[in-house]
Amino acid sequence: MSILINQNTRVLVQGITGRDGSFHTERMLEYGTKVVAGVTPGKGGQEIFGVPVFNTVAEAKEKTKANTAVIYVPAKFAKDAILEDIKAGIDLIICITEGVPTLDMVEAKATLKNTRTRFIGPNCPGLISPGKCKVGIMPGHIHKPGPVGVISRSGTLTYEVVYNLTLNNLGQSSCVGLGGDPIIGMRFVDALELFNSDPETKGIVLVGEIGGGDEQLAAEYIKVNVKKPIVSFIAGKTAPEGKRMGHAGAIISSGDTTAAAKIKVLTDAGVTIVDFPDEIPTALKQRLK
Amino acid sequence: MKIHEYQAIELFKKAGIPVVPGQIATELDEAVQVAEKMGFPVVLKAQVLVGGRGKAGGVKVVKDKQELKKVFPQIRNLKIKGYRVERILIVPTVKIKKEFYLAITIDYAKSDVVVIASSAGGVDIEETAKLHPEQIHKFYLDGKKEIDSQRWNPFIKAAFPETSQQNQISKVFQNLLTLFFQYDCSLAEINPFVIDEKGHPCALDAKINFDDNALFRHPEIQALADTKFEDPDETEAKQHGLSFVKMDGKVGCIVNGAGLAMATMDVIKLLGGEPANFLDVGGSSNPEKVLNAQKIILKNSNVKVILINIFGGITRCDDIANGIIAAQKELKIPVPLVVRLTGTNEKEAKAILAQNKINTYPSMREVVKKAVELAK
Repeated sequence: MSILINQNTRVLVQGITGRDGSFHTERMLEYGTKVVAGVTPGKGGQEIFGVPVFNTVAEAKEKTKANTAVIYVPAKFAKDAILEDIKAGIDLIICITEGVPTLDMVEAKATLKNTRTRFIGPNCPGLISPGKCKVGIMPGHIHKPGPVGVISRSGTLTYEVVYNLTLNNLGQSSCVGLGGDPIIGMRFVDALELFNSDPETKGIVLVGEIGGGDEQLAAEYIKVNVKKPIVSFIAGKTAPEGKRMGHAGAIISSGDTTAAAKIKVLTDAGVTIVDFPDEIPTALKQRLK
Repeated sequence: MKIHEYQAIELFKKAGIPVVPGQIATELDEAVQVAEKMGFPVVLKAQVLVGGRGKAGGVKVVKDKQELKKVFPQIRNLKIKGYRVERILIVPTVKIKKEFYLAITIDYAKSDVVVIASSAGGVDIEETAKLHPEQIHKFYLDGKKEIDSQRWNPFIKAAFPETSQQNQISKVFQNLLTLFFQYDCSLAEINPFVIDEKGHPCALDAKINFDDNALFRHPEIQALADTKFEDPDETEAKQHGLSFVKMDGKVGCIVNGAGLAMATMDVIKLLGGEPANFLDVGGSSNPEKVLNAQKIILKNSNVKVILINIFGGITRCDDIANGIIAAQKELKIPVPLVVRLTGTNEKEAKAILAQNKINTYPSMREVVKKAVELAK
């Protein structure tokens, strides 16, 4: 099995006529993802790689039964795209866009409350259930179906981790990129909960980094709820204080946002911490025995 | 983005928040004129975008012209955390009856805007939060842009004991909140906010930070940026679409993606080296970006080796390889270069590099090991 997306997922691409949107639509189709609709206001009626384009999400959802939306629109339009999805009752929204204003995300998250819509991102690589469905920008070929759930705040570092897992014959149930912004939709705890109750996920890899307190919340959750083995790598041990390291959320603002602080709480919660990303497969195999 | 106190005071004034009328001086003559017109004693406040100016001696009260002539040049010559003081704000002194801490910021963990108030003003608020958490009062906006008065009343009563203060401060918070949303702030802070001996309320300090992601909709705020407080290399990198942070080591790195870039630095350190920088070339990197990245790294004479670690997704490895070759032709790179490329168009990239006799390494660990060895 897998979490959030599978072979039955019907994907709608917002910003499908844009440069990134069309490029990744083609990659997703190649992977076998059921991309059933595109939305670009004012461009309804066109087709891109055989995918029909609509003016609104509501229309696209009604005509194609799309249940998952992926957003590639520019940052200034991202909030409206998210709000449109929520209003149309989309089940899962994945926002790839980088640079979304923080107060736009505050508004979007407030609108999400008391709805059944799940939200991932922004500033994220998306998610993939290998062999079934890929929604996002990650290179599909490095993945392989299997028993490991991967959760990460990063993009390319996740690829590095997945690549090493696959090289060592550890396939993945699903890989979720949560995003590098300070305000994101799903957080570690939400993804852990899903992997924990997915019977085919046997072990979990958690890729964290400096900034924020999500790793601490994850540690508290793991201590009480998760029996499955977890291996973790935390990036940013050498990052200087007060400097934003590429991701808007990756900044050491106080003592408990350092890599060392996160490593300590995760270790206390029974998580195996590795120093090098390429040590993850061995450590996980050890724990899975 | 941060702005100076005097700029924040202007924004406060426009928003209807009571402030002390001050004036900026850069030279002593100017300062004397301003102070004499204002009437001694006055307060001199260094305008810097870094914290800790009080401890560094950047805020002083002067009682007369003679003292001003002595103290003004002292502050003007200060370097606070490496930054020279160029402007000094001169304000009249205020006889304080009561001090408070007022702020609006974003609680990232709760994804919500939060109003913070404390009757323990004028001191380090983080210290207060640790030692006397009961003195800090918080009000969450619940995703709204206005105050819900039913919830507000108990909050303001708990935070401020006197009825007159409650009204004065509620009004300030209303205005501060309008300003906060109008300009996409990430922090608007008044520490201290005071009631003077005549009972008048007034902001004695002003601090506003803005969300970088939202600057595109506020060109008037962007125009307030003081680039002297940014590292020139970091500013240049930003202009080229690169994310760069300078460090002290010898291994210059170019990586795609922030997480992988941080991890690469960590691995350098674990294998006995020290990174010279953090550099994320971002996604869909064109050859031009790789060329500019190498130019910026080579400005640092400590750099003994350049390490390139790329995991291609949207980034195409052949674009990176072409950027490496372009840099070799244009820059005459004085240090060795070690490269690891995996992912999209890896084969094409390796062929391009092999033609130009540039070695590639098969994994992140191996390329870092080589870089650390060469930097010794």
